[in-house]
Amino acid sequence: MKTFTRPMAGWWKRNPYYLWYMLREASCLFITAYALMLLWGLYGLQQSKIQYEEWRESLSSPVSLAFHAIALALVVYHSWTWFKIMPKTLPRIPIPDWLVVAAGAAAVLVCTTALIVLT
Amino acid sequence: MKRSNKPIFWSLFGAGGMLSALIGPALIYLTGFQTGKLSYDRVLALAQNGFGKLAILSVISLFLFHGCHRMYHSLHDFGVHVGPSLKAAFHGFAAVGTLAAACLLVAIGF
Amino acid sequence: MNTITIECLRYHPESDAEPRFQSWPVPFTDDMSVLHGLQYIKDHLDGSLTFRWSCRMAICGSCGFVLNGVPKLGCETFLRDYYPGTLRVEPLSHFPIVRDLAIDQSDFLTKLQSVKPYLINPDAPKKGTFAQAPKQMDEYYQYSKCINCLLCYAACPQYGLNNAFTGPAALALLHRYNADSRDAGKAERMQVVNAEDGVWGCTLVGYCSEVCPKAVDPARAVNQNKIESTKDYFFRFFRE
Repeated sequence: MKTFTRPMAGWWKRNPYYLWYMLREASCLFITAYALMLLWGLYGLQQSKIQYEEWRESLSSPVSLAFHAIALALVVYHSWTWFKIMPKTLPRIPIPDWLVVAAGAAAVLVCTTALIVLT
Repeated sequence: MKRSNKPIFWSLFGAGGMLSALIGPALIYLTGFQTGKLSYDRVLALAQNGFGKLAILSVISLFLFHGCHRMYHSLHDFGVHVGPSLKAAFHGFAAVGTLAAACLLVAIGF
Repeated sequence: MNTITIECLRYHPESDAEPRFQSWPVPFTDDMSVLHGLQYIKDHLDGSLTFRWSCRMAICGSCGFVLNGVPKLGCETFLRDYYPGTLRVEPLSHFPIVRDLAIDQSDFLTKLQSVKPYLINPDAPKKGTFAQAPKQMDEYYQYSKCINCLLCYAACPQYGLNNAFTGPAALALLHRYNADSRDAGKAERMQVVNAEDGVWGCTLVGYCSEVCPKAVDPARAVNQNKIESTKDYFFRFFRE
């Protein structure tokens, strides 16, 4: 039987739902880069005060600020989609989906406040 | 059908995803816009502390495993043919980063 | 009475090297479904247009199409919602096109067979029936509502990128039986669950659950089994 299967190239551009999915996935680029940035700072910390302070200075550069701004937006989006999806990964529990999401959002707020206030 | 080894990487991905979802925003805010709080003495004290070491290692390691796992899958989403070697490369990269962080933390000592 | 332009993908393998599009003006009333529109084309404008349909009431699962880029059932989608624009009708994505809007769904049937979608229980009562409480039925009921319409497969990019992936509906039906208190076949089905193309082919895009006309929520069925698969992976050493 002769059939025709259409190519998948560019599939993610064909529907807004897929675009949002790709944005969610894109957050991982920045999370990886951020971890490497921290690793670089850890290296500076281990080497000497001068090297560490150089790293800390560089955090305020325009490139770093732009990176942080984008990373912040994407990680917040990752956080939101993470908890929105979480109910689907949990086994059956007597807690409604919306409550799981709300608890997650609350946990983020608590952690954020704690980290900013306690440092 | 052969059993997949995905559970290992998925668990690491999940832990990293949860951690980055919970403290990612605050951390990025701190290093981006509140560097005043990150003085050498304070951060060194954290890195010299046992729990501090664990925290720093967890963040770097789990963020890397989360990111690398997702990047590997995103390559597949873009139509790139991904096989065992790319899988090893991405997760290996995260493992190397973990090892590097661990070594640095040991070198920093108490 | 208004007229809407319906544009359909055409593909006749005996004469076409690849698909093309063809449009017709279709007069419609507010109560006409997309399926009605296609039937109007076939009855009055072009008898060669090929498409599947049966019940007209969203229970047989035959009339799945992609309407303006979104997988939907033709019988429960209305022409009035696409007016005054053009309605583009395409066959379900990610399946080989046999003719016009009809696809080859045999790969799904193979996947369905592989998950053993029937009660497996050597201790089934020899006489009479199983007893099952409403609460026990709750555990699997939503997953039993699947009408095999394949909208979820059309929605799933992972299936599109790799059709060895078992896919949303098959995995939802696998879960339906595992979660049924009358079934004892979970161990037999774990091989499918644990495979690279089992639950691990899913990256939780989630679009499958968005498009499901029966609210089966296949994304949930698949991802609950990621935990099952993980437990199975790490705890198998304790079992043996």
